[in-house]
Amino acid sequence: MNTVFSLKDFVFLLAGLKWTILLSAIAFTGGGIVGLIVAVARTAQSAWLRRVMIFYIGVFQGTPLLMQLFVVYYGLGLIGIQVPAWAAVTLAFTLNASAFLGDIWRGAIQALPRGQTEAATALGLPMVSRLRDVILPQALRIAQPATVGYAVQLIKGTSLAAIVGFIELARAGQIVSNQIFAPILVFGVVGAIYFVLCWPLSFYSARLEAKFAASR
Amino acid sequence: MTNDSTSSVATEQPLILMEAVEKWYGDFQALKSVNLSVRKGEKIVLCGPSGSGKSTLIRCINHLEAYQKGRIVVDGVSVTDNHKAIDIVRQEVGMVFQSFNLFPHMTVLQNCMLAPIRVRGTSKSEAEATARRYLDRVHIGNQADKYPAQLSGGQQQRVAIARALCMQPKVMLFDEPTSALDPEMVKEVLDTMIGLAQDGMTMICVTHEMGFARQVADRVIFMADGQILEEAHPEIFFKSPQHPRAKQFLGEILAHH
Repeated sequence: MNTVFSLKDFVFLLAGLKWTILLSAIAFTGGGIVGLIVAVARTAQSAWLRRVMIFYIGVFQGTPLLMQLFVVYYGLGLIGIQVPAWAAVTLAFTLNASAFLGDIWRGAIQALPRGQTEAATALGLPMVSRLRDVILPQALRIAQPATVGYAVQLIKGTSLAAIVGFIELARAGQIVSNQIFAPILVFGVVGAIYFVLCWPLSFYSARLEAKFAASR
Repeated sequence: MTNDSTSSVATEQPLILMEAVEKWYGDFQALKSVNLSVRKGEKIVLCGPSGSGKSTLIRCINHLEAYQKGRIVVDGVSVTDNHKAIDIVRQEVGMVFQSFNLFPHMTVLQNCMLAPIRVRGTSKSEAEATARRYLDRVHIGNQADKYPAQLSGGQQQRVAIARALCMQPKVMLFDEPTSALDPEMVKEVLDTMIGLAQDGMTMICVTHEMGFARQVADRVIFMADGQILEEAHPEIFFKSPQHPRAKQFLGEILAHH
Protein backbone atom coordinates (compact mmCIF):
# COMPACT_ATOMS: atom_id res chain seq x y z
CA MET A 1 0.00 0.00 0.00
CA ASN A 2 1.40 3.34 -0.98
CA THR A 3 1.57 6.08 1.59
CA VAL A 4 2.80 8.96 -0.55
CA PHE A 5 0.74 11.28 -2.68
CA SER A 6 1.56 10.01 -6.16
CA LEU A 7 0.70 11.18 -9.64
CA LYS A 8 -1.84 8.35 -9.79
CA ASP A 9 -3.66 9.88 -6.80
CA PHE A 10 -3.64 13.28 -8.45
CA VAL A 11 -5.10 11.81 -11.64
CA PHE A 12 -7.79 10.18 -9.49
CA LEU A 13 -8.63 13.60 -8.04
CA LEU A 14 -8.81 15.05 -11.54
CA ALA A 15 -11.27 12.32 -12.51
CA GLY A 16 -13.36 13.51 -9.57
CA LEU A 17 -12.95 17.09 -10.75
CA LYS A 18 -14.45 16.07 -14.08
CA TRP A 19 -17.64 15.04 -12.26
CA THR A 20 -17.65 18.19 -10.18
CA ILE A 21 -17.50 20.30 -13.33
CA LEU A 22 -20.12 18.22 -15.10
CA LEU A 23 -22.52 18.26 -12.13
CA SER A 24 -22.03 22.02 -11.74
CA ALA A 25 -22.76 22.59 -15.42
CA ILE A 26 -25.89 20.45 -15.24
CA ALA A 27 -27.12 22.16 -12.08
CA PHE A 28 -26.44 25.66 -13.37
CA THR A 29 -27.94 25.05 -16.80
CA GLY A 30 -31.03 23.27 -15.49
CA GLY A 31 -31.38 25.66 -12.56
CA GLY A 32 -30.88 28.64 -14.86
CA ILE A 33 -33.56 27.62 -17.33
CA VAL A 34 -36.12 26.68 -14.68
CA GLY A 35 -34.98 29.63 -12.54
CA LEU A 36 -35.84 32.08 -15.32
CA ILE A 37 -39.33 30.64 -15.46
CA VAL A 38 -39.56 30.82 -11.65
CA ALA A 39 -38.42 34.47 -11.64
CA VAL A 40 -40.89 35.50 -14.33
CA ALA A 41 -43.76 33.59 -12.72
CA ARG A 42 -42.84 35.00 -9.31
CA THR A 43 -43.25 38.56 -10.72
CA ALA A 44 -46.28 37.78 -12.91
CA GLN A 45 -49.53 39.71 -12.67
CA SER A 46 -51.44 36.64 -11.58
CA ALA A 47 -51.55 36.52 -7.78
CA TRP A 48 -52.23 32.79 -7.95
CA LEU A 49 -49.04 32.15 -9.94
CA ARG A 50 -47.01 34.34 -7.57
CA ARG A 51 -48.25 32.39 -4.55
CA VAL A 52 -47.37 29.04 -6.13
CA MET A 53 -43.84 30.34 -6.77
CA ILE A 54 -43.45 31.67 -3.24
CA PHE A 55 -44.30 28.18 -2.01
CA TYR A 56 -41.92 26.52 -4.50
CA ILE A 57 -39.04 28.80 -3.55
CA GLY A 58 -39.82 28.36 0.14
CA VAL A 59 -39.75 24.58 -0.04
CA PHE A 60 -36.49 24.26 -1.95
CA GLN A 61 -34.67 27.02 -0.10
CA GLY A 62 -35.98 25.92 3.27
CA THR A 63 -34.96 22.26 3.17
CA PRO A 64 -31.42 20.86 2.89
CA LEU A 65 -30.15 19.94 -0.56
CA LEU A 66 -28.93 16.69 0.97
CA MET A 67 -32.49 15.82 1.95
CA GLN A 68 -33.76 16.77 -1.51
CA LEU A 69 -31.21 14.41 -3.08
CA PHE A 70 -32.29 11.64 -0.72
CA VAL A 71 -35.96 12.15 -1.47
CA VAL A 72 -35.48 12.21 -5.23
CA TYR A 73 -33.09 9.23 -5.35
CA TYR A 74 -34.30 6.90 -2.61
CA GLY A 75 -37.80 8.31 -2.16
CA LEU A 76 -38.82 7.80 -5.77
CA GLY A 77 -37.26 4.35 -5.59
CA LEU A 78 -39.44 3.53 -2.57
CA ILE A 79 -42.64 4.32 -4.46
CA GLY A 80 -41.52 2.15 -7.34
CA ILE A 81 -39.99 4.71 -9.67
CA GLN A 82 -36.39 3.67 -10.30
CA VAL A 83 -34.29 6.69 -11.24
CA PRO A 84 -30.68 6.40 -12.35
CA ALA A 85 -28.31 8.34 -10.12
CA TRP A 86 -27.46 10.94 -12.77
CA ALA A 87 -31.16 11.63 -13.40
CA ALA A 88 -31.85 11.99 -9.68
CA VAL A 89 -28.93 14.36 -9.29
CA THR A 90 -29.95 16.40 -12.33
CA LEU A 91 -33.51 16.71 -11.05
CA ALA A 92 -32.58 17.56 -7.46
CA PHE A 93 -29.90 20.10 -8.40
CA THR A 94 -32.15 21.69 -11.02
CA LEU A 95 -35.03 22.10 -8.58
CA ASN A 96 -32.77 23.43 -5.84
CA ALA A 97 -30.76 25.81 -8.03
CA SER A 98 -33.89 27.09 -9.77
CA ALA A 99 -35.35 28.14 -6.42
CA PHE A 100 -32.23 30.12 -5.49
CA LEU A 101 -31.54 31.59 -8.94
CA GLY A 102 -35.24 32.32 -9.46
CA ASP A 103 -35.36 34.25 -6.21
CA ILE A 104 -32.14 36.17 -6.97
CA TRP A 105 -33.49 37.18 -10.39
CA ARG A 106 -36.93 37.94 -8.95
CA GLY A 107 -35.29 40.50 -6.70
CA ALA A 108 -33.40 42.03 -9.62
CA ILE A 109 -36.55 42.28 -11.74
CA GLN A 110 -38.31 44.04 -8.87
CA ALA A 111 -35.35 46.38 -8.41
CA LEU A 112 -35.85 47.85 -11.87
CA PRO A 113 -37.71 51.14 -11.99
CA ARG A 114 -41.39 50.65 -12.80
CA GLY A 115 -41.00 53.10 -15.65
CA GLN A 116 -39.06 50.52 -17.64
CA THR A 117 -42.02 48.15 -17.82
CA GLU A 118 -44.39 51.05 -18.36
CA ALA A 119 -42.40 52.46 -21.27
CA ALA A 120 -42.11 49.02 -22.86
CA THR A 121 -45.84 48.48 -22.36
CA ALA A 122 -46.77 51.89 -23.75
CA LEU A 123 -44.72 51.15 -26.87
CA GLY A 124 -46.95 48.14 -27.40
CA LEU A 125 -44.20 45.55 -26.93
CA PRO A 126 -45.63 42.07 -26.37
CA MET A 127 -44.82 40.34 -23.07
CA VAL A 128 -42.05 38.15 -24.48
CA SER A 129 -40.28 41.16 -25.96
CA ARG A 130 -40.74 43.19 -22.77
CA LEU A 131 -38.96 40.43 -20.87
CA ARG A 132 -36.32 39.50 -23.42
CA ASP A 133 -35.40 42.96 -24.68
CA VAL A 134 -36.07 45.26 -21.74
CA ILE A 135 -36.46 43.58 -18.35
CA LEU A 136 -34.19 40.52 -18.29
CA PRO A 137 -31.05 42.10 -19.81
CA GLN A 138 -31.17 44.77 -17.11
CA ALA A 139 -32.20 42.44 -14.30
CA LEU A 140 -29.52 39.86 -15.07
CA ARG A 141 -26.93 42.62 -15.06
CA ILE A 142 -28.06 43.76 -11.62
CA ALA A 143 -28.13 40.15 -10.43
CA GLN A 144 -24.75 39.22 -11.88
CA PRO A 145 -22.67 39.39 -8.66
CA ALA A 146 -25.26 37.37 -6.73
CA THR A 147 -25.60 34.91 -9.61
CA VAL A 148 -21.86 34.27 -9.77
CA GLY A 149 -21.75 34.03 -5.98
CA TYR A 150 -24.43 31.37 -6.14
CA ALA A 151 -22.61 29.55 -8.97
CA VAL A 152 -19.53 29.31 -6.76
CA GLN A 153 -21.66 27.91 -3.93
CA LEU A 154 -23.14 25.46 -6.37
CA ILE A 155 -19.76 24.13 -7.47
CA LYS A 156 -18.87 23.38 -3.89
CA GLY A 157 -22.37 22.04 -3.21
CA THR A 158 -22.04 19.36 -5.87
CA SER A 159 -20.00 17.38 -3.35
CA LEU A 160 -23.33 16.26 -1.91
CA ALA A 161 -23.82 14.11 -5.01
CA ALA A 162 -21.40 11.70 -3.34
CA ILE A 163 -24.28 10.29 -1.28
CA VAL A 164 -25.89 8.78 -4.36
CA GLY A 165 -22.59 7.31 -5.51
CA PHE A 166 -20.82 10.00 -7.50
CA ILE A 167 -17.07 10.10 -6.92
CA GLU A 168 -16.66 13.81 -7.49
CA LEU A 169 -13.76 15.90 -6.25
CA ALA A 170 -14.48 15.95 -2.51
CA ARG A 171 -15.36 12.25 -2.37
CA ALA A 172 -12.26 11.42 -4.44
CA GLY A 173 -10.21 13.38 -1.94
CA GLN A 174 -11.73 11.43 0.92
CA ILE A 175 -10.89 8.12 -0.77
CA VAL A 176 -7.29 9.14 -1.46
CA SER A 177 -6.89 10.51 2.03
CA ASN A 178 -8.12 7.25 3.54
CA GLN A 179 -5.61 5.33 1.46
CA ILE A 180 -2.47 7.33 2.19
CA PHE A 181 -3.36 8.70 5.64
CA ALA A 182 -2.40 12.25 4.71
CA PRO A 183 -5.63 14.20 5.14
CA ILE A 184 -4.00 17.63 5.44
CA LEU A 185 -2.01 17.19 2.28
CA VAL A 186 -4.83 15.60 0.26
CA PHE A 187 -7.55 18.00 1.36
CA GLY A 188 -5.09 20.85 0.84
CA VAL A 189 -4.75 19.75 -2.78
CA VAL A 190 -8.54 19.26 -3.08
CA GLY A 191 -9.12 22.74 -1.66
CA ALA A 192 -6.59 24.21 -4.08
CA ILE A 193 -8.36 22.57 -7.02
CA TYR A 194 -11.74 23.99 -5.87
CA PHE A 195 -10.09 27.38 -5.53
CA VAL A 196 -8.61 27.22 -9.04
CA LEU A 197 -12.07 26.38 -10.31
CA CYS A 198 -13.99 29.05 -8.39
CA TRP A 199 -11.62 31.98 -8.20
CA PRO A 200 -11.57 32.77 -11.96
CA LEU A 201 -15.36 32.97 -11.83
CA SER A 202 -15.28 35.56 -9.07
CA PHE A 203 -12.47 37.40 -10.83
CA TYR A 204 -14.25 37.43 -14.18
CA SER A 205 -17.45 38.56 -12.47
CA ALA A 206 -15.68 41.52 -10.87
CA ARG A 207 -14.28 42.50 -14.26
CA LEU A 208 -17.72 42.28 -15.88
CA GLU A 209 -19.13 44.44 -13.12
CA ALA A 210 -16.50 47.08 -13.75
CA LYS A 211 -17.26 46.96 -17.46
CA PHE A 212 -21.01 47.39 -16.91
CA ALA A 213 -20.38 50.18 -14.45
CA ALA A 214 -18.32 52.00 -17.08
CA SER A 215 -21.05 51.71 -19.72
CA ARG A 216 -23.66 53.18 -17.42
CA MET B 1 -56.46 77.97 -33.65
CA THR B 2 -57.19 74.71 -35.46
CA ASN B 3 -54.78 73.81 -38.18
CA ASP B 4 -56.61 74.04 -41.53
CA SER B 5 -54.75 71.18 -43.18
CA THR B 6 -55.77 68.80 -40.43
CA SER B 7 -59.33 69.94 -39.87
CA SER B 8 -60.08 69.33 -43.56
CA VAL B 9 -59.35 65.63 -43.12
CA ALA B 10 -60.94 65.42 -39.70
CA THR B 11 -63.89 63.08 -39.59
CA GLU B 12 -67.00 63.21 -37.46
CA GLN B 13 -65.66 60.49 -35.20
CA PRO B 14 -63.39 61.78 -32.46
CA LEU B 15 -59.92 60.24 -32.28
CA ILE B 16 -60.26 59.78 -28.53
CA LEU B 17 -63.54 59.46 -26.74
CA MET B 18 -63.97 59.02 -23.00
CA GLU B 19 -67.47 58.53 -21.67
CA ALA B 20 -68.33 58.57 -17.99
CA VAL B 21 -64.99 56.98 -17.09
CA GLU B 22 -64.58 56.09 -13.42
CA LYS B 23 -61.53 54.70 -11.73
CA TRP B 24 -60.84 53.62 -8.18
CA TYR B 25 -57.69 52.70 -6.36
CA GLY B 26 -59.29 50.64 -3.63
CA ASP B 27 -61.61 53.06 -1.85
CA PHE B 28 -60.09 56.13 -3.42
CA GLN B 29 -61.87 57.36 -6.52
CA ALA B 30 -59.23 58.72 -8.92
CA LEU B 31 -61.53 59.56 -11.83
CA LYS B 32 -65.14 60.66 -11.43
CA SER B 33 -67.31 60.39 -14.52
CA VAL B 34 -64.78 61.84 -16.91
CA ASN B 35 -66.04 62.81 -20.36
CA LEU B 36 -63.59 63.90 -23.00
CA SER B 37 -63.60 64.00 -26.76
CA VAL B 38 -60.50 64.80 -28.78
CA ARG B 39 -60.60 65.41 -32.53
CA LYS B 40 -57.79 64.55 -34.90
CA GLY B 41 -55.12 67.23 -34.83
CA GLU B 42 -56.34 68.76 -31.56
CA LYS B 43 -53.92 69.80 -28.86
CA ILE B 44 -55.16 69.48 -25.32
CA VAL B 45 -53.38 70.71 -22.21
CA LEU B 46 -54.47 69.03 -18.98
CA CYS B 47 -53.67 70.89 -15.79
CA GLY B 48 -54.68 70.86 -12.17
CA PRO B 49 -53.24 70.37 -8.71
CA SER B 50 -51.22 67.23 -7.97
CA GLY B 51 -53.38 64.21 -7.24
CA SER B 52 -56.18 65.60 -9.38
CA GLY B 53 -56.16 62.60 -11.74
CA LYS B 54 -54.49 64.14 -14.81
CA SER B 55 -51.87 61.41 -15.17
CA THR B 56 -54.39 58.72 -14.34
CA LEU B 57 -56.65 60.05 -17.09
CA ILE B 58 -54.05 59.82 -19.85
CA ARG B 59 -52.73 56.51 -18.53
CA CYS B 60 -56.21 55.05 -18.95
CA ILE B 61 -56.15 55.95 -22.65
CA ASN B 62 -53.41 53.40 -23.43
CA HIS B 63 -54.51 51.14 -20.59
CA LEU B 64 -51.44 51.53 -18.42
CA GLU B 65 -54.19 51.85 -15.83
CA ALA B 66 -57.42 49.87 -15.91
CA TYR B 67 -60.67 51.73 -15.30
CA GLN B 68 -63.78 50.29 -13.75
CA LYS B 69 -66.70 52.09 -15.37
CA GLY B 70 -67.45 53.95 -18.57
CA ARG B 71 -65.95 53.66 -22.01
CA ILE B 72 -62.80 54.78 -23.81
CA VAL B 73 -62.58 54.56 -27.59
CA VAL B 74 -59.37 55.35 -29.46
CA ASP B 75 -59.65 55.68 -33.24
CA GLY B 76 -62.73 53.47 -33.25
CA VAL B 77 -61.20 50.78 -31.02
CA SER B 78 -62.71 50.26 -27.59
CA VAL B 79 -60.10 50.13 -24.81
CA THR B 80 -61.46 47.29 -22.74
CA ASP B 81 -59.87 44.35 -20.97
CA ASN B 82 -59.51 42.67 -24.35
CA HIS B 83 -55.78 42.18 -24.93
CA LYS B 84 -56.03 42.44 -28.70
CA ALA B 85 -57.81 45.78 -28.52
CA ILE B 86 -55.30 47.10 -26.00
CA ASP B 87 -52.41 46.02 -28.24
CA ILE B 88 -53.93 47.82 -31.22
CA VAL B 89 -54.52 50.99 -29.22
CA ARG B 90 -50.99 51.02 -27.79
CA GLN B 91 -49.54 50.90 -31.29
CA GLU B 92 -51.43 54.06 -32.17
CA VAL B 93 -50.77 55.97 -28.96
CA GLY B 94 -47.30 57.29 -28.17
CA MET B 95 -46.41 58.24 -24.62
CA VAL B 96 -43.71 60.39 -23.09
CA PHE B 97 -43.06 60.12 -19.35
CA GLN B 98 -41.83 62.55 -16.74
CA SER B 99 -38.79 60.35 -16.01
CA PHE B 100 -37.96 59.63 -19.71
CA ASN B 101 -37.83 55.86 -19.13
CA LEU B 102 -35.33 55.22 -21.88
CA PHE B 103 -33.86 51.72 -21.87
CA PRO B 104 -30.41 52.28 -20.30
CA HIS B 105 -28.79 49.16 -21.76
CA MET B 106 -29.52 50.19 -25.34
CA THR B 107 -28.09 52.97 -27.45
CA VAL B 108 -30.29 55.87 -28.47
CA LEU B 109 -30.71 54.30 -31.89
CA GLN B 110 -31.61 50.88 -30.44
CA ASN B 111 -34.15 52.52 -28.14
CA CYS B 112 -35.86 53.95 -31.21
CA MET B 113 -35.68 50.79 -33.32
CA LEU B 114 -36.97 48.24 -30.81
CA ALA B 115 -40.73 48.78 -30.97
CA PRO B 116 -41.06 49.16 -34.76
CA ILE B 117 -39.11 45.90 -35.21
CA ARG B 118 -40.87 43.92 -32.47
CA VAL B 119 -44.37 45.32 -32.79
CA ARG B 120 -44.77 46.32 -36.42
CA GLY B 121 -42.36 43.78 -37.89
CA THR B 122 -40.40 46.51 -39.64
CA SER B 123 -37.09 45.43 -41.17
CA LYS B 124 -33.91 46.51 -39.38
CA SER B 125 -32.78 48.82 -42.18
CA GLU B 126 -36.16 50.50 -42.41
CA ALA B 127 -36.42 50.86 -38.63
CA GLU B 128 -32.97 52.42 -38.55
CA ALA B 129 -33.84 54.87 -41.33
CA THR B 130 -37.04 55.88 -39.52
CA ALA B 131 -35.19 56.20 -36.21
CA ARG B 132 -32.49 58.41 -37.72
CA ARG B 133 -35.13 60.58 -39.40
CA TYR B 134 -36.95 61.23 -36.11
CA LEU B 135 -33.72 61.65 -34.16
CA ASP B 136 -32.68 64.31 -36.67
CA ARG B 137 -36.04 65.91 -36.25
CA VAL B 138 -35.57 66.28 -32.50
CA HIS B 139 -32.03 67.55 -33.26
CA ILE B 140 -30.21 64.65 -31.67
CA GLY B 141 -29.19 62.64 -34.73
CA ASN B 142 -25.50 63.00 -33.92
CA GLN B 143 -25.97 61.22 -30.55
CA ALA B 144 -27.56 58.08 -32.02
CA ASP B 145 -24.83 55.72 -30.87
CA LYS B 146 -24.59 57.00 -27.30
CA TYR B 147 -26.23 55.43 -24.27
CA PRO B 148 -28.97 57.36 -22.48
CA ALA B 149 -26.81 57.96 -19.41
CA GLN B 150 -24.36 59.90 -21.58
CA LEU B 151 -27.03 62.47 -22.46
CA SER B 152 -28.48 65.40 -20.55
CA GLY B 153 -32.05 65.23 -19.27
CA GLY B 154 -33.32 67.42 -22.07
CA GLN B 155 -31.60 65.28 -24.67
CA GLN B 156 -32.98 62.11 -23.08
CA GLN B 157 -36.49 63.47 -23.18
CA ARG B 158 -36.11 64.39 -26.85
CA VAL B 159 -34.94 60.83 -27.53
CA ALA B 160 -38.01 59.58 -25.68
CA ILE B 161 -40.18 61.72 -27.96
CA ALA B 162 -38.38 60.37 -31.04
CA ARG B 163 -38.75 56.80 -29.74
CA ALA B 164 -42.52 57.26 -29.45
CA LEU B 165 -42.72 58.90 -32.88
CA CYS B 166 -40.92 55.97 -34.52
CA MET B 167 -44.12 53.95 -34.05
CA GLN B 168 -45.85 56.67 -36.10
CA PRO B 169 -48.65 57.03 -33.59
CA LYS B 170 -51.89 58.89 -34.22
CA VAL B 171 -51.87 60.47 -30.78
CA MET B 172 -49.11 61.54 -28.42
CA LEU B 173 -49.63 61.60 -24.66
CA PHE B 174 -47.23 63.67 -22.57
CA ASP B 175 -47.15 63.05 -18.83
CA GLU B 176 -45.42 66.08 -17.29
CA PRO B 177 -42.57 65.85 -19.81
CA THR B 178 -40.60 68.80 -18.42
CA SER B 179 -41.17 68.35 -14.68
CA ALA B 180 -37.99 66.36 -14.08
CA LEU B 181 -35.77 68.66 -16.12
CA ASP B 182 -33.34 71.33 -15.04
CA PRO B 183 -34.78 74.73 -15.93
CA GLU B 184 -32.35 75.39 -18.78
CA MET B 185 -33.46 72.21 -20.54
CA VAL B 186 -37.20 72.81 -20.42
CA LYS B 187 -37.18 75.00 -23.51
CA GLU B 188 -35.54 72.48 -25.84
CA VAL B 189 -38.19 69.90 -24.98
CA LEU B 190 -41.07 72.37 -25.27
CA ASP B 191 -39.72 73.57 -28.63
CA THR B 192 -39.73 69.96 -29.83
CA MET B 193 -43.33 69.58 -28.68
CA ILE B 194 -44.33 72.86 -30.35
CA GLY B 195 -42.78 71.63 -33.61
CA LEU B 196 -44.77 68.43 -33.31
CA ALA B 197 -47.96 70.39 -32.69
CA GLN B 198 -47.33 72.57 -35.73
CA ASP B 199 -47.02 69.44 -37.85
CA GLY B 200 -50.57 68.54 -36.89
CA MET B 201 -49.99 65.79 -34.28
CA THR B 202 -52.90 65.11 -31.97
CA MET B 203 -51.58 65.71 -28.46
CA ILE B 204 -52.73 65.48 -24.89
CA CYS B 205 -50.22 67.09 -22.56
CA VAL B 206 -50.26 67.02 -18.79
CA THR B 207 -48.14 70.05 -18.01
CA HIS B 208 -47.89 73.15 -15.90
CA GLU B 209 -46.07 75.05 -18.63
CA MET B 210 -48.66 77.73 -19.14
CA GLY B 211 -46.66 79.50 -21.88
CA PHE B 212 -46.75 76.26 -23.84
CA ALA B 213 -50.49 75.93 -23.21
CA ARG B 214 -51.11 79.48 -24.47
CA GLN B 215 -49.05 78.93 -27.58
CA VAL B 216 -50.17 75.47 -28.60
CA ALA B 217 -53.38 74.29 -26.92
CA ASP B 218 -56.74 74.30 -28.61
CA ARG B 219 -58.30 73.63 -25.24
CA VAL B 220 -57.12 73.71 -21.67
CA ILE B 221 -58.78 71.22 -19.38
CA PHE B 222 -58.67 71.84 -15.67
CA MET B 223 -59.03 68.90 -13.28
CA ALA B 224 -59.33 68.63 -9.53
CA ASP B 225 -60.29 65.68 -7.32
CA GLY B 226 -60.69 63.35 -10.27
CA GLN B 227 -63.14 65.56 -12.12
CA ILE B 228 -62.95 67.83 -15.12
CA LEU B 229 -64.07 71.18 -13.70
CA GLU B 230 -63.37 73.50 -16.57
CA GLU B 231 -62.65 73.27 -20.27
CA ALA B 232 -61.83 76.37 -22.30
CA HIS B 233 -59.67 77.97 -24.94
CA PRO B 234 -56.36 78.96 -23.29
CA GLU B 235 -56.90 82.71 -23.74
CA ILE B 236 -60.24 82.46 -21.98
CA PHE B 237 -59.05 80.03 -19.33
CA PHE B 238 -56.06 82.12 -18.29
CA LYS B 239 -57.87 85.45 -18.46
CA SER B 240 -61.07 84.52 -16.74
CA PRO B 241 -61.21 81.10 -15.14
CA GLN B 242 -64.74 80.31 -13.97
CA HIS B 243 -64.41 77.65 -11.31
CA PRO B 244 -63.09 78.79 -7.92
CA ARG B 245 -60.61 75.85 -7.82
CA ALA B 246 -59.26 76.93 -11.22
CA LYS B 247 -58.87 80.51 -10.00
CA GLN B 248 -57.04 79.32 -6.93
CA PHE B 249 -54.80 76.98 -8.97
CA LEU B 250 -53.89 79.66 -11.51
CA GLY B 251 -53.20 82.12 -8.71
CA GLU B 252 -50.79 79.64 -7.15
CA ILE B 253 -48.83 78.66 -10.24
CA LEU B 254 -48.74 82.11 -11.82
CA ALA B 255 -47.35 83.55 -8.58
CA HIS B 256 -44.15 81.62 -9.33
CA HIS B 257 -43.77 82.93 -12.87
